[in-house]
Parts: sequence; structure tokens; C-alpha cells
Amino acid sequence: MTPDKLVYMANQIGSYFTTDPQPEHARQQIAEHMKKFWAPSMRATLIEALDRDADVEAQLDDLVRQALIEHRTLLLGSAANA
Amino acid sequence: MTVSIYEPDLGTPAPASGGAPVTLEINGMPVTVPEGTSVMRAAAEAGLSIPKLCATDSLDAFGSCRLCLVEIEGRRGYPASCTTPVADGMVVRTQSDRLAKLRRNVMELYISDHPLDCLTCSANGNCELQDMAGAVGLREVRYAPGENHLAAEVDDSNPYFQFDPSKCIVCSRCVRACDEVQGTLALTIDGRGFASMVSPSAHEPFAESECVSCGACVQACPTATLMEKSVVEKGQPERAVVTTCAYCGVGCSFRAELQGEEVVRMVPEKAGKANHGHSCVKGRFAWGYATHPDRITTPMIRRSIDEPWQEVSWEEAINYAAGEFRRLQAEHGRNAIGALTSSRCTNEETYLVQKLVRTAFGNNNVDTCARVCHSPTGYGLKATLGESAGTQDFDSVQQADVVFIIGANPTDAHPVFGSMMKQRLRDGAKLIVADPRTIELVRTPHIEAAHHLKLKPGTNVALLNALAHVVVTEGLVDEAFVAARCETESFAQWREFVARPENAPEQLSEVIGVPAETLRAAARLYATGGNAAIYYGLGVTEHSQGSTTVMAIANLAMATGNLGRPGVGVNPLRGQNNVQGSCDMGSFPHELPGYRHVSEPTTRLEFERAWGATLDPEPGFRVPNMLDAALAGQFHGLYLQGEDPVQSDPNTQHVQAALKAMQCVVVQDLFLNETAKYAHVFLPGASFLEKDGTFTNAERRISRVRRVMRPRAGKADWEVTVALAEALGQPMPYSHPSEIMDEIARLTPTFTGVSYARLDELGSIQWPCNDSAPLGTPIMHGESFVRGLGRFMLTAYVPTEERTSRKRPLLLTTGRILSQYNVGAQTRRTDNVHWHAEDRLEIHPSDAESRGVVDDDWVAVASRSGETVLRASVTERVQPGVVYTTFHHPVSGANVITTDNSDWATNCPEYKVTAVEVAKVMQPSEWQREYGEFTARQRAFLPDGNDKTPVTESDTSA
Ligand code: SF4
Ligand code: SF4
Ligand code: SF4
Ligand code: FES
Repeated sequence: MTPDKLVYMANQIGSYFTTDPQPEHARQQIAEHMKKFWAPSMRATLIEALDRDADVEAQLDDLVRQALIEHRTLLLGSAANA
Repeated sequence: MTVSIYEPDLGTPAPASGGAPVTLEINGMPVTVPEGTSVMRAAAEAGLSIPKLCATDSLDAFGSCRLCLVEIEGRRGYPASCTTPVADGMVVRTQSDRLAKLRRNVMELYISDHPLDCLTCSANGNCELQDMAGAVGLREVRYAPGENHLAAEVDDSNPYFQFDPSKCIVCSRCVRACDEVQGTLALTIDGRGFASMVSPSAHEPFAESECVSCGACVQACPTATLMEKSVVEKGQPERAVVTTCAYCGVGCSFRAELQGEEVVRMVPEKAGKANHGHSCVKGRFAWGYATHPDRITTPMIRRSIDEPWQEVSWEEAINYAAGEFRRLQAEHGRNAIGALTSSRCTNEETYLVQKLVRTAFGNNNVDTCARVCHSPTGYGLKATLGESAGTQDFDSVQQADVVFIIGANPTDAHPVFGSMMKQRLRDGAKLIVADPRTIELVRTPHIEAAHHLKLKPGTNVALLNALAHVVVTEGLVDEAFVAARCETESFAQWREFVARPENAPEQLSEVIGVPAETLRAAARLYATGGNAAIYYGLGVTEHSQGSTTVMAIANLAMATGNLGRPGVGVNPLRGQNNVQGSCDMGSFPHELPGYRHVSEPTTRLEFERAWGATLDPEPGFRVPNMLDAALAGQFHGLYLQGEDPVQSDPNTQHVQAALKAMQCVVVQDLFLNETAKYAHVFLPGASFLEKDGTFTNAERRISRVRRVMRPRAGKADWEVTVALAEALGQPMPYSHPSEIMDEIARLTPTFTGVSYARLDELGSIQWPCNDSAPLGTPIMHGESFVRGLGRFMLTAYVPTEERTSRKRPLLLTTGRILSQYNVGAQTRRTDNVHWHAEDRLEIHPSDAESRGVVDDDWVAVASRSGETVLRASVTERVQPGVVYTTFHHPVSGANVITTDNSDWATNCPEYKVTAVEVAKVMQPSEWQREYGEFTARQRAFLPDGNDKTPVTESDTSA
């Protein structure tokens, strides 16, 4: 799947959790949401794109980018779905 | 399970709520019945039938025919037993010489103006007038032939039933049925005495009147005056089988009345707990598609979609599909294939498809059409209340004092429940409607909404936050309920959030498009009007904030204490017949049956043991992910049971491209649907009349679907999935769907007590049904929420990115209408096309005028996804700036224009908001031209003799 769609979806998820008064909790929730509902290959594609593509990094909202970095192990935990 | 063709009629309805027992004596026999029962019903319950004509137990007693006279000791005259309530110690006589004479006189009058063509009458053998003439011993008619109605003309304008006024006895059962049961009031009795006649209210033919063809009057008519055309044509049925309607989420119970294996008519079952003997035009009449010549009944395969189809045996088709799926997995990995289950199929079939994916495919790439309709309901209600389902039974509405409808149009999309709601609203419940369109319930005979919040599409969350703001800041919170039942911390956070000035009605009024004072008044009514019940539909879920809206609804209900008892609750009105069931059965890529996440080790272990396979602990692809992955070259094979995403899913051209990119698309369906035109394997489906199983309706009610005829293609759908699983090396040794249900019950804690035997015994069961609720659960969250304490979720309003601009200044929203069902593959193949031969674009007069558009003009509707051409209907039902259409006909291409925007949590598409421009045109769109050519080519690929002539013009025009 193309990273731009995933970036879009990730930012949309982020926009829900921005209201959370505790950013730490918000980041956790974002990562857990992706862990729970995204196929592993989607998470892997997004994180890989974030690692290598400055555009993707820039397109991701701060909160979402931080969540991806902070919870990398949770998100990449198991073998990719590909 | 065949039942008697005669349904007993006890004459008058049972009293509303079982009153105290009353004992009386009828013909020397003691009889005990609840207070409020009529003498007629008491006699019937004791096995004594009193002659009657104007009474029937689906309608209130009327007392007009005077045939049911009885003698009551100590009372003068001969009271009508239908209108006389029982009393303790009453002594009744139903037969005497005097009574017999009086009754014969009455009958004689009726018969003197009735044609005596019993032998050739369509009601012969099932006519109450005939029966009564027999019962009273009528032997002669002394009136000389005089003025009569025998020459009155038959009105056969309705496609499904005829009206032969010469046979009418003016009992007014039809008029009362249309009023009391359906709530449409399309019929009146005109004139007085001899001149009185039944007619649609403005004396027009039925087909042109307000009649919505629900069939209630036909069912109530004791003679052949109102009669199904199918009975006129085929004669009286000889047996009946009780089954469940396969159209909408109301899940009406029907008696399929048959001659051999042929359906003569479908009649709503009086004992049906969802519908109580009522129906709508779809379930009652639109079943002809099941035997339509368009049905494809031989399996077919082809290597490429540019090749003609080849008819093959079942075995060959299944082996080909299995071989292709295995090849694709070998070449592209385990996750390169997946499947879609359907809300149109039974629980058992859906369960098998997800089991096949999780075991034989070895992944979790399974999804269902609920993705595109109610997935936010599952997410939102689970997060707040703990269970992905509506909280009430339908009957609960009868105890509601305030009914709040958001983004739903019950009279069109859930007609039988719409009628129940009308009854309650006519009895005095207050109504709040939040909808961009003026739906019928806003103003209809005897009903007027207290508030119609005509909001702008896409602002549901803002609206609900504004209402919550009023509840919180005006001291309307049910503090005791919240303290006892909800999380303290999440409530405090939510209270602080909604109380912020940015959520005040005054602040949001402009965004929402509703005056602040109206918002305040609606909030006060909801919070303080007594039992308040929320009903919502796809106008809530099909938005980029669909899940947020569902949570906002649950928050509002918790904060005001409107949960956990009759008359209140949060009620999603499900679209298709088995949306609830298909979700319950584990159709989502992240959940096993019973809404348990695939990552839960104990649940997975249980299923692994039962299924003898190792299960993937990670979620699979959702439909939109599958399509995106196909376009990225990562997903190659799809098994679709009863689904048609090309027509039903958003951004049609994207779906078409994704399917074209796949190497093996297996479609199991009744017809060569839109998606089948992109398929490599076609497996003929079976209609609901051809198989056993269960459906689960919007109130969690599990009802039996019973086979009334053999599958046309030789296999029921579940048998096809079993064969495919076995060809893939996964044994599924079931000999009957009841065994599949037994397995579901063993593995799903909310279904433990469900079995076919139990369903036969109880009629239907609302889950949870287990040791703690052996009879099922009509109302959930009674003592505590399923998740323990109710959880308030924060619901900030985030406007959709789909916004109007100078280039696209209008907002398109989509919906459905009464006579058609979803993609229309079934209803378009019935006479229902009479009411909806094409999808139209509704546009407000001011928007139409500024574009030079008048009624019936062809208009192009263009969004950033695509363009299509429809005919315009200029109407004030929509507000300025908003246009509306339906998606029942493929050629309209409504989903060519919808975008791939979707709900943040579930990817449920945002069907309800698309920025568009509308312009008058003279010819179809480019897409429609291509569609026409493609369809013609695909039809030509069908084998000789299987050439399916188009059923409606809209299939090929363009
Ligand atoms: S079919 Fe239904 S709506 Fe039409 S007249 Fe009869 S009861 Fe009324
Ligand atoms: S049409 Fe049938 S139900 Fe209606 S008044 Fe005549 S006989 Fe009675
Ligand atoms: S379509 Fe719905 S309301 Fe109509 S008969 Fe079927 S289940 Fe009932
Ligand atoms: S049945 Fe009682 S008056 Fe007609």
C-alpha cells in the first residue's frame, strides 16, 4: 500500500486523540489503535516510509510521528503481513 | 417445518398489559382471562368462536357489523361481543334461536349486495364472508335484486394486489389497518349508508394514492375485495412455512404460503416478535427475484475478464478457485488473498466464510459490508458501553416519551419499525429529528416533530456536543445514574470538555446551521422529557467522524440516565437484514466471533482447538485496505459471498481498478452483479427461500430462515463454502446448518443458549442468551454496563476535509427509499420498479433555478472522484446547498462520485458528504458510456442459453 494513504489514515486517527489532555496517553492510544486495527504490513510500510522519507516525516502530524517513534516496538512487534 | 395455512384469529387484540384475572361464564363454561379482554376474545380463547366480520385481532374493535351479538344475563338487548369487555361473574350466551335469527338477518343484508360467484372467486376456501354465511346457517336471501355495487370496476393499478369493490362489505378493516397498523391513512370510507364505499383518499387509483403498498389492508380484508394478484393467478396456498424477511434490519417474521415448492404469497406472521404481523412492500411482495430468469444456476469460470464464461460442474469450479488461491499464496505470500462475507447471508454462512479465511487461507483478511455501514456502531458502542450492539428491543419504543432520530429515515429504510414508531408518536411521545432532509416523520398525519434540527451534512458531532453542553451546563445531568453506573474520571474529563465555551450552541450554531435556541430546547426536551430513546442510522455512521458520533450519542444517553430500562436506549437501525449477525459472527479482520480480538490468547486457543488450525494473532486487511493493496500489487485473490462492492462501495472507479488488478475474483451470488463482471469464478448463490439458517436483526433478535424450496443451483450457500474449504484441505464436516449454530454456541459466550430446537420453541431469541439469560436479553445493560462502568469518550468536532469550494459548491448526501433495497439487485427484479425506476438527484428550487435546471432535466453531478448523470427532482425536502440521491440502480453511478474519505476509526466510507457541482447536460457521462459498453460486453460473455436479457432499462441504458 502506498505510504500517502497510510499517512492520511494515521493523521486522521491522530486528530481524534489530540483532545486527550495527556499527550503521553494520546500517543499510547494512537499506537494501540493501529496495533489493534491495522494489518502488520500497513504499520511496517508506514514506519519504513517514516524512516527513509523526509516528506512522509513532514506530512505526519507531530503527535502521530511521535507515537510511531515512541511505540515502534509495539507496532512492529510481529512479522509483517506481506 | 410446515405449519397450518390457517392462522387463528381471536377477534380483538390482547389487552395492552396483562390485567388482573377475570372469571366469567360462557355457554356454561367458566373462562378466566385478563381484565380488558373482550367477550369475543375470551370465547375464542376458550375454543368457542362467535361469528364476526368487522373484528380481527390485529385491530381495535369497531362494532359495526352486528354479527357478533351475544346475550348477557342482566343486560338488555344483544351487545356486540367484540366491543364488550369481560367482567367478573358475567354470564354469556353465544348461541340461541333469537341470536341465530338476528345473525341470519345481518348476513342476508350483506349477501344481497354481494356477487354469488363463490366458485370462481379468488378467496374461495379462505373467505370470512363465506365462512360466516355457513356459520349462521344462511339458506336464502329474501331481498329482491335492486340497486347494488355488483358492476363496480376492479382497480388493478397496484402491481401486487387488486381492489374489487363489488365484493366489499364496508367492514372498514382495511381503513383501520392502514390507520392503526401502517399509519399511512391512505384509505377512507366515503359516503353514507348504501352509498358508502372504500377508496384511496383522493379517489385516485391505488397506485397513484399515498398507499405505500405495505399489504396491511389486504391482510385485514375478510373478502376477496383486496386480494394479492399472486393468489388471483395461482389460487389459494396449501401450506405455510415460517421464515424471516431477507431485506432490512427489522427482520420481520413471515409465513411463506405455498403450493408445493412455489410461493403463492408471503404474509407477515402475527406471532413475529419483531413485526407483530406487519410488513412492508419489500418483504410482503418483492420476492419474485428468487425465481427471476436472470438467476445464474450453473457454475462458471474463465481465466481473464476479457474472455467468455465457461459453464462447468460445481467440482470443477471449486477446484479451480482453490487451485488459484493456493497458487497466489505460493507466489505472493499467505496474505495475498482474502474474503468478504455478506450481511445478506445467514449467520451460519458468514461464520463459515470467516472460518475458511482464518483456517484455510491462514490469515485474517476477512471483512464484510458492515464496514461500509455500521462498523462505527461496533467501535463506538464497544468503547463506551462494552457491547457492539443496540441496547433495546423494538417494543421498547412504546414506552418512550421522547424519540430522538438522528440520521435515520425509519419510514423508508425500516418501514415496519417506522410504523411502530408512528403509533407511539401518535399516542403522544415527543419527537426530535436531526437530519439535513425533511424526512417523512417530521410532518405526517397526526405527527409533528417538536424540533427538526436541519443540520448541515457532516456536523453531527458538533450538534451532539452542543446538546451535551446544554445538559452539562444547565444542570440536566442524571448525577445519581452517572455516579452509580459510569467511570468517575472519564465523566469528569468529558464534563469539562463539553462545558467549554467552544461547545456552546451559540458558538456552534453557524457551523451546524441550526439556531442556538432550537438546540437548547431540543437538549432540554431530551434530558427532561421522561424516557428518551435515540434511534440512529447511516446518517450517523457514514462520516469521517462516524465512530466519534456514535460515542457522542452514547455519552449523551449515559449522562441523562437514558440506558438500561424499557423506553430509553441507544438504537442503531441496521441497514441490511443480517448486519448485526454478520458482525457478531466474526466478519471483521480483527475479531473472532463474539467481538473478541484476534490477539487475545485464550480466545484464540479455544478456536484453534475447535478448528484444528493455527490462527494469526494479528489483524488482517479491511476492504479498503484490500483494494489499495491490490492496486499496489500486494493482494491478488478475493472470495465474495453475496457482496457487490463495485456498486455499493464508494469511488467506483477505484474499486473497478482494484478488482481488475486481481488475478482470482470468486463471486457467489444470485445474479451476474456488477462485481461479477470482474470475476473469474462464478458460484451460483441460493436465495433465502432455498436454505436453512438464521438472521439477527437490529434488536439482536436471532430468527430462523427456513427452506421452502430446493436450491435452484443444487447447493445452498453454506454447502459451497464447505466445498471450497475442503478443496483447500480444511475439513468442515457439517450435514446441516443447525450443526454450525451448535458450534457457534459452543464457542461464543453470548450465544451459549442458542440452538435450532430452542429457536423453534421460543420463536426467536435476542442475544445474549446463556445460563444467566436463558430466554435471551431484550434490553441490555440493565444493572450495569457490559464493560462494567460506562466510559465517557471525548468527542472533539473535526470538520471533514470534504468541503465545498467555488468549484464544487454543493454537498451531496446519499440514502435509500422504501421500495428498493441496497444495490437493488433483488428489488429491481420485481415490480417494485414501479415506484423507483431510476435514481434521481434531489435539488432545492433555489439551487436548481440558479443552474437553469427544472424537474426531469438531465444533470451532471461531478465530484473530485468522478462524474455521473442523473435526472433532477426539484424539491424542498433538501435544503439549499445540499443535493441528495439514492444508489439502487447501477447505471446511476452514485458511487462514482462518492470519495474514499472514511471514518477515522473504522474506515467506514463518508457516503453522506461529497462536495459536488451540478450542471444541466444533454447526454450521459463518460463513465456511464464506458459502463454501458462494458456491461454489454460482459453480458455477451455469458454462455448461450444463459443470455440474461436486461431486466430494467437502467441496466443497459447509458
Ligand atoms: S397497502 Fe398499506 S398503505 Fe396501502 S392502503 Fe393498504 S394498508 Fe394502506
Ligand atoms: S375492502 Fe375488504 S376490508 Fe375494506 S371495507 Fe371492503 S371488505 Fe372490508
Ligand atoms: S424489508 Fe424490513 S420492514 Fe420490510 S418486511 Fe422485510 S424486514 Fe420487514
Ligand atoms: S365483529 Fe363485532 S360488530 Fe362486527
